[in-house]
Amino acid sequence: MLWLSLFLPRLPLEVFARGREENLPLAITASRGQLQWVHLCNTAAADTGIVPGMGVGAAQSLTDDLHLLPRDPEQERTALEGLAAWAGQFTPTVSLIPGTGLLLEVEGSLRLFHGPLALRTLVENGAAELGYTAHCALAPTPLGAWILALAGKPLLIRDRSALEKALAPLPLDTIGLEPGTLATLKGMGLRRLGDCLNLPRAGLGRRLGPEVLRFFDRAVGRLPDPRKPFLPSPRFHSRLLLPAEVESAEALLFAARRLLLELTGVLQGRNAAVQRMVLELHHRDRPSTELVLGLVAPSRDPEYLAGLLRARLERFELPAPVDEIVLAADQLLPLSAEHPDLFSNGDVESGDWRRLVEQLRARLGSEAVFGCRPLPEHRPERAWRRTTPGEKGESFDFPPRPAWLLPEPQALDEIDGRPCRGGFLHLIAGPERIESGWWDRQPAERDYFVAEDAAHARLWIFRELRGRRRWFLHGIFG
Amino acid sequence: MKTVRIAPSGNGRTHAPVTLDSLLRRADLWRGRQRSHKPAGQDVSTGFPELDARLPGGGWPRGALTEILAEYDGIGELHLVLPTLARITQSGRWIAWIEPPHIPYAPALATAGLDLTHCLFVVPERRSLLWTLEQTLRNGACGAVLGWPDKATTPRHLRRLQLAAEEGNALAFLFRDPHTAAEHSPAALRLRLTGGPHGPEVEIIKCRGSWERGPLHLAIA
Repeated sequence: MLWLSLFLPRLPLEVFARGREENLPLAITASRGQLQWVHLCNTAAADTGIVPGMGVGAAQSLTDDLHLLPRDPEQERTALEGLAAWAGQFTPTVSLIPGTGLLLEVEGSLRLFHGPLALRTLVENGAAELGYTAHCALAPTPLGAWILALAGKPLLIRDRSALEKALAPLPLDTIGLEPGTLATLKGMGLRRLGDCLNLPRAGLGRRLGPEVLRFFDRAVGRLPDPRKPFLPSPRFHSRLLLPAEVESAEALLFAARRLLLELTGVLQGRNAAVQRMVLELHHRDRPSTELVLGLVAPSRDPEYLAGLLRARLERFELPAPVDEIVLAADQLLPLSAEHPDLFSNGDVESGDWRRLVEQLRARLGSEAVFGCRPLPEHRPERAWRRTTPGEKGESFDFPPRPAWLLPEPQALDEIDGRPCRGGFLHLIAGPERIESGWWDRQPAERDYFVAEDAAHARLWIFRELRGRRRWFLHGIFG
Repeated sequence: MKTVRIAPSGNGRTHAPVTLDSLLRRADLWRGRQRSHKPAGQDVSTGFPELDARLPGGGWPRGALTEILAEYDGIGELHLVLPTLARITQSGRWIAWIEPPHIPYAPALATAGLDLTHCLFVVPERRSLLWTLEQTLRNGACGAVLGWPDKATTPRHLRRLQLAAEEGNALAFLFRDPHTAAEHSPAALRLRLTGGPHGPEVEIIKCRGSWERGPLHLAIA
């Protein structure tokens, strides 16, 4: 087996920072009792002289616009799980190192992803697109890969003897040992991992307990090291806390895109697609806003979905500043083999009417894009209805009908009971009597005629059978 | 097939050969008096043999704008294109109606032979009208796009639409105000329609690739 480790040294910071494009001074604080200090800070904060470990007061005195946020372990946990689900696109076997990273068993994936170097680049770049800094290393043992990443050695090692050689020179304080164990080992005069590996095992076990011995044995592969696989949720639900309230749709799009990439990574891993997703926008003092994105056909193309989201957001006016967003997709639909071309990775298919419909709907609104079909109904205004584009319908026979129907019949001028429209209208066909609708209190009792005006425009007009017997224009033959 | 070589420059280097055929296929190449001999099937028959006979490709120019300038609504402007639309939808391609002036009446369209499952109607707000036309033309799913651009449409807008129509290889029918006949337009074909007792008089006011001008009577039932 071969393991790729992802160590996320800046996770506590990045769970917030990844929601914002601008690099504004941001620091994450940790506290014990009354004591509060800077745990991590971004480059903008570091540029002002802030360093991790600095007291909060001192940090604040360095810059006025410093944003301070307390660590949010809950958010770190869910972010890591989100990343684990996303990593499912590289291997089915992902396991969590709580709070700090992931382990991916990738032996079976190397060929597909063109070898360890290409795979590591893909994972690191992909994580960066989600807003995370990942340090990766590859080794035949999970703990070995993890220790290399922790120690900042981005090595790609495929056999155990090479791993032991690579681990031996690592200083003990960079490999993730318990502080107590570390102190004891240092007290024994040991500095490097190799020093421990070379000691008589029985003595070391007696002094430090079997657990520490097992740690070293697992690192180099002398003992098996089973890992609990991460089981992703069947639905997608990912939230992003914004470091500061966002008021523009543009800035929101940046954050939403991070979540969208997470979603498409998950979809990639499960060979699935989405047809409906919801972007929830949370506001501080009012109920959250939901933007629903429905697609005509399932998709998992990040560029395409981002384009839809962008069009939707551009059309949308934020009711209030947003401090948190959630992207949710309840149904991850398995991709059918019927339309492999539709989902070919990354490129937007041209000439696909479903995409056209979605593109138009995203910008113009669903109600502006429709199909239509006839209905078996005598009253002309009810003999058709709007449909969703592409909806199939039955066909019915109709007497001659005009290509254009007016939304409302228009009363015509009359001279001596004859209809006029810039001159007398000549009746050239009719009457066709339509008496219908008495049962639903919207009766139509009319005699329809085809008429022609002085300019030879063909019109569809009717005369009321009852009441004032007025003439109306109802359609144009076009 | 003849190959036209662009004359070699002084240093003797030759340019990549341009086939005559590829030149002839270009919609923007104007060939003077000669009628272009486009490959069969390139243009789409209008369904009216008298009109086809007057058009260089034997039909509606594909991947180009066709303007229909009708004096009034109702004189047959839509019936001029319905046979074409029926064939396109029956072949499984789509047609899009962008900002039609009235309700396109489904019973009449179905009777005219249109497959309504392949008709798309779009009523954008005014500021998105040209964008919508451009997207539908460019997409390639639509065999024909019918548009009713407003008065603010300029030749520059039309050129953009022309490019989009080329990209999507669509028939683009623009129904415009007859007053625009005097304006410059990049459309490949411009027809003016006036009402007649047995169908419209069709006047070709511009036809790329042909000197055909003048009126023609079409009997549209």
